[in-house]
Amino acid sequence: MSFSHDLSLTIPELILAISAMLLLVWGAFQPKTGSVFTAASVLALVAAGYAAATGPLGRGFAGGMVSDQASVFAKVAIYAASAIAIPLGQRWFERRGVKNFEFPVLILLAALGMGMMASAGDLISLYVGVELHSLALYVLAAMHRDNAKASEAGLKYFVLGALSSGLLLYGASLIYGFSGSTLFADIAASAKHGAEPGLLFGLVFLICGLAFKVSAAPFHMWTPDVYEGAPTPVVAFFAAAPKLAAMVLFARVLGEAFGGATEQWRQVLVLIALASVAVGAFAGLAQRNLKRLWAYSSIANVGYAILGLASGTGEGVQAMLVFMVLYMVDVMGFFACLSALSREGRDMETIDDMAGLFKERPGLALAMSLFSLSALGLPPFSGFWAKYYVFKAALNSGLAVPAVLGLLGSVVAAFYYLRLIKVMWFDTPAGPTDAPPAEARVIAIGLALFTFPLVLVALTYIDPLARAAAAALGLA
Amino acid sequence: MTGLLSLITFAPLVGIAAILLLRFGVKPSGAGEPAAGAARWIALATTLAVFALSVVLVVQFNRADPGFQFVEDHAWFAGLHYRMGVDGISLLFVPLTAFLMPLCIVASWKTIENRVLEYMVAFLALEALVIGVFCSLDLILFYIFFEFSLVPMFLIIGVWGGKNRVYAAYKFFLYTLLGSVLMLAAILAMIGIAHTSSIPELMTFKFSPGLQIWLWLAFFASFAVKMPMWPVHTWLPDAHVEAPTAGSVILAGILLKLGGYGFMRFSLPMFPDASAHFAPLVFALSVIAIVYTSLVAFRQTDVKKLIAYSSVAHMGFVTMGIFSGNAVGEQGALYQMLSHGVISGALFLCVGVVYDRMHTREIAFYGGLVNRMPLYAAVFMLFTMGNVGLPGTSGFVGEILTMTGTYKASTWTAVIAASGVILSAVYALSLYRRVMFGEITNAKLASISDLDWRETAIFAPLVAATLILGVQPGLVFDITQASVDQLVAAYSAAIGG
Repeated sequence: MSFSHDLSLTIPELILAISAMLLLVWGAFQPKTGSVFTAASVLALVAAGYAAATGPLGRGFAGGMVSDQASVFAKVAIYAASAIAIPLGQRWFERRGVKNFEFPVLILLAALGMGMMASAGDLISLYVGVELHSLALYVLAAMHRDNAKASEAGLKYFVLGALSSGLLLYGASLIYGFSGSTLFADIAASAKHGAEPGLLFGLVFLICGLAFKVSAAPFHMWTPDVYEGAPTPVVAFFAAAPKLAAMVLFARVLGEAFGGATEQWRQVLVLIALASVAVGAFAGLAQRNLKRLWAYSSIANVGYAILGLASGTGEGVQAMLVFMVLYMVDVMGFFACLSALSREGRDMETIDDMAGLFKERPGLALAMSLFSLSALGLPPFSGFWAKYYVFKAALNSGLAVPAVLGLLGSVVAAFYYLRLIKVMWFDTPAGPTDAPPAEARVIAIGLALFTFPLVLVALTYIDPLARAAAAALGLA
Repeated sequence: MTGLLSLITFAPLVGIAAILLLRFGVKPSGAGEPAAGAARWIALATTLAVFALSVVLVVQFNRADPGFQFVEDHAWFAGLHYRMGVDGISLLFVPLTAFLMPLCIVASWKTIENRVLEYMVAFLALEALVIGVFCSLDLILFYIFFEFSLVPMFLIIGVWGGKNRVYAAYKFFLYTLLGSVLMLAAILAMIGIAHTSSIPELMTFKFSPGLQIWLWLAFFASFAVKMPMWPVHTWLPDAHVEAPTAGSVILAGILLKLGGYGFMRFSLPMFPDASAHFAPLVFALSVIAIVYTSLVAFRQTDVKKLIAYSSVAHMGFVTMGIFSGNAVGEQGALYQMLSHGVISGALFLCVGVVYDRMHTREIAFYGGLVNRMPLYAAVFMLFTMGNVGLPGTSGFVGEILTMTGTYKASTWTAVIAASGVILSAVYALSLYRRVMFGEITNAKLASISDLDWRETAIFAPLVAATLILGVQPGLVFDITQASVDQLVAAYSAAIGG
């Protein structure tokens, strides 16, 4: 394999890396950046997405970088989410007097890291991808520098994130020690007939580290605090794209490297999935702050995605991919709504702030209701189809009891989604709200339209793409 | 004519679109809801158009064909299909829904003055969804319509309901959701095993008896709550009491029928062994519902609650008839559902009449209304008699047939259930006596007015329907006969009887 072939596999990464550096220089010399700057960064993501979708497939850099249907699927979704996050966040910061040209650059770097996670073919590129995107996210969380809560969120995220990276790295080193290679393909050879205790030990640490990144219980503690403190558009970004990247990486490690040990990791995943669903459903009941509430909701939803993965079948991986893509739309849409709402300059973040919102802002209230019903899993919204795939896969692979427990968890969680709808529709308005900014409104309404009815058409395309991606990830 | 079912199902969406254009396109100036009048007319026109279409459907329906007619089938994604179709069992519910809807709109004409546009949208959405439930021939499509119908009803109770509306709305939603997620699990398992989500194909698919037990229980969880059967009926009185009048009419008239329809469409043909196995359980729960909730109804002080409990009792006859597994029982159950849809809807409208005037539903508040409201008293009398099951009204046909059918399957069940007929006379007649007869003792009632022309217009078709169905049951049996015979034949063959 020639070097040029290797490079051709990483064109999306190259585009993003070079654009990020150019934009950094541009911003440093011309700090008064305008919409051209934002447009340029979005353009870089679009170009990278196009390159990913049309680029060659294969393995390069001695197997360290993979470009296959799964990585393409993930990258296009991740870049799209990043491209939406840039205008959403940039304007939000501008309105608050924070003029950071770094915001789009950091999103680009995070997208680069997430793309690498999706393409990782060995433990080294896995770790590099995870760290690259994590570091960008830590800074993003603390971007609102003058805000004490945001700084606290950034610090918390960083300290706990570092801990999880440590776990990840420790697991990786154990796996390397016991299998003698960092390449997933080689690890698969030594774990062909189940993993020996040493390998398994490493795998469990690796799972813990990744569970932390996707905020699955019992590694979820950072999520509510970070979501609450971080700027809302940043939350919209990191509740969505990084989770997809981490889940794809999760699937690749488990499928490509530990496909022979399915029975062993399955039980761990089932436990994590059910714990996440339970924590998300029950702890969410006590939340008054909507950002915390959706943090718990995201914990529960990641639980469902992991349940799909725990099926250990191609159908399960497909379900997980569909789930994550649909969930991304949901969560980004909800936080876009939230970032559009303020009352006399103060962000509206608690449930009580939303009282009677339907009278005040019918469009946004309707969009938020759609996202809530979708997250609840009510048909025909996108969240229902997400759950449809996951539970079908779980039932078909013999996980009937976990599937039913997961469904029951969704009934518990239904209460808090309903409470939000109740507050918006039934209660008397709490006072006038500020005019919502145009870009957040457009994004929110657009994503709401995807939730229903566009999803019914979109699934006809997502379904085969996700199936091909799942096939590429190695689990039959 | 293909596409007729889709047309009927989605026609209300046209009305919704028109109302939304009013809402978001033409900015209402000021707080007076200037578009309210237009929204009412749009909703009425839409529901009447749907009713006209449903009449066309009934006329074009081929009575001799037991299978599904007007079938539409379009492939969707991941092996799912958009399949619509009706047979003799589901057909009836389409005109019933389309019949009650315009009455609900008219009944809300004056009483709903707050957020009229949203109210009409909610009702039109509900109509589309409920008709969709009865017409869908694909499990997932069915589930979508079935489950999403919770949302408009949740809003109707929660936004336009009474004092305790929030509690009632939550209870309604969560109770039903809990039941239906279990059904969803069963649906997914069935699709996984049979590799199809087509209802006609699944009706002939043989699930292993052991699996049937679990699937049956999961479907039962959903339909028993919807029906509702004792002991999961407690959401219904709350929901009825808090819902606005038209909401109660739809709830009792149509939404409760989803449970009975589900039993006939899914439980019996798809899980015959389990149905036979669990029939004694259903019989037991049914007679408890009939006797116990009748007694409970007798002790109620709120008119709406009393009628709500009587609905539970009447649904007991339906479940009993369905699981009798013979043609008489099935026909009776279908008839009882149809008749109860008309009569209970009419009774809730009757309550609405006095509630609009006096803003209370306390039985003790009223008394002697016959002196001031002779026309109202006559109408209420007819529906009370229908509720009791007096021969000549539609209520009689359903009760006698379900009991006859059940007598063949389980004598004791029928015997105990028969006592329910007496009990229903006890609570219904005592309600009538307390509200209507005697002298007017409450001074506030001295100036209460009789039905106006709008209310008369609502009750006229309901009176006609009750009497026509009471003396001409053949009109309905003609339609249901072939499909019911096929259902019963398949069921008996499956359980080896």
